[in-house]
Amino acid sequence: MSRQATLGSRDVALPPACDVAVVGGGVMGLATAYHIAQSSRLRVVVLERSYLVSGASGRNGGGVRMQWGDEGNVRIMMESIEICRGLAQELGINLWFRQGGYLFIARTEAGESRLRRNAELHRAIGAPTRLLSGEEAREIVPDLDIDQVRLAAFNAEDGVVFPWPFVWGYAGQAIRKGVIVRTHTAAIAAEPERDGLRLRLSTGESLYAGIVVNASGAWSHDLNRSLGIELPNRPHRHEILSTEPLKPCLDPLVVDLQSGLYFSQSTRGEIVAGITMPGSHDTGTHVDQRSSLQFLAHLGATLVSLVPRFGSLKVLRQWAGPYDVSPDGEAIVGPSPGVPALLQVCGFTGHGFMMAPAVGRLLAQFIVHQERHPMLARWDPGRFAAGTSAKREDMIIG
Amino acid sequence: MTQRIFVCRCEDVTVAEIDHAIALGLASVEEIKRYTGLGTGPCQGKECTVALVRLLLDRGTIGADAVQPFTARPPAEPVTLAALSSLATKAQAQDEP
Repeated sequence: MSRQATLGSRDVALPPACDVAVVGGGVMGLATAYHIAQSSRLRVVVLERSYLVSGASGRNGGGVRMQWGDEGNVRIMMESIEICRGLAQELGINLWFRQGGYLFIARTEAGESRLRRNAELHRAIGAPTRLLSGEEAREIVPDLDIDQVRLAAFNAEDGVVFPWPFVWGYAGQAIRKGVIVRTHTAAIAAEPERDGLRLRLSTGESLYAGIVVNASGAWSHDLNRSLGIELPNRPHRHEILSTEPLKPCLDPLVVDLQSGLYFSQSTRGEIVAGITMPGSHDTGTHVDQRSSLQFLAHLGATLVSLVPRFGSLKVLRQWAGPYDVSPDGEAIVGPSPGVPALLQVCGFTGHGFMMAPAVGRLLAQFIVHQERHPMLARWDPGRFAAGTSAKREDMIIG
Repeated sequence: MTQRIFVCRCEDVTVAEIDHAIALGLASVEEIKRYTGLGTGPCQGKECTVALVRLLLDRGTIGADAVQPFTARPPAEPVTLAALSSLATKAQAQDEP
């Protein structure tokens, strides 16, 4: 059997130099590499510190939604969902993309007014979000305890994916288009050389690149720091669980605004659920992926209260992954302050996976054609020099 | 024949599927778990991990000194959400300094 390393390889030879080196073989880095290879002849190398799907791209809940509170985020997610529709065919892999919608529920007056404001914004932009009463919500999720629901918002075009094949699909197509994907190789430091950067690798090798894309999210800090770049994004542990598989019984991903609980049914049949943990603390720049009993207990109590029938459902596994949290909740994308050869694509605050199809494309268009997507202005990594910027988005969940 | 030999009986992963993963360049228990879903069912790898390791050693993808099981995911055995939710008060109490 011939070895076709379409999932990257720890053995593939690196060239001494390339045009673009992408640090981080998650969905963001691989989508960017794929789109660069598709639209140019630039020589691209992706460096992944472990194996593909080992990081946040392999640990998230796979939710994809256009129900955001800010117009820019709604629009970019409309782009992303539009790309997702044709992506399985484009990448030649089953992404298990299922548009069962997202159902947001409000249990307080404040939550209710957020949903009303969002629905108005979505209508103006053309996103098909509908407001529902508790009874109407129960038609979509029959097991929901609607006594607690003041108002719900439903968008049938939102959905869930299985995250792993997304990563493999982008990797496989990028490799077919000539991108080198090297796994088990970390970029530990960089130094300026000519107009570009020289990367020092954990294997003892080095690689010169005209442009380096830091797509390593929660792990991005050390590489930035080696160049004297201080950015405020920090890893934040987020836990999640999955249950024994059931026959299809839950169409949408459900979000409870008040508790930050979300749950959906994967195409494998499991219920996948996460929640905002009260009193979670800062761990500095260290990535903490431990699991806790507190999470199981808190999630169990909240979920069973909202969907009593799930009480008899068994949890099979729990795990954790890092959100790469930016202080204003906005991503950090574009040339780094003082080091224009280093592009950031970090700080997505738990929502990078769903945005990656659109962001990978727009970042490639910036690298290849110098096209500036409107979101690049507000995602500018230089914005923190002027002090903290205000939060625009209040629909960050988890 | 290898299409009918099951290594992971919870998730129906066969020897042929593992050979396919190896052909794609995957070498370790953790990587093959991710690609095939082996060990992610009700037994959480208790039945299949050793069988997979024997296969990987046999195929020469990994040396015996480098063998590592995949990260064990709690709970140790399946637990109902109702039982977990009854822990909520207790767990919060333990969290107090």
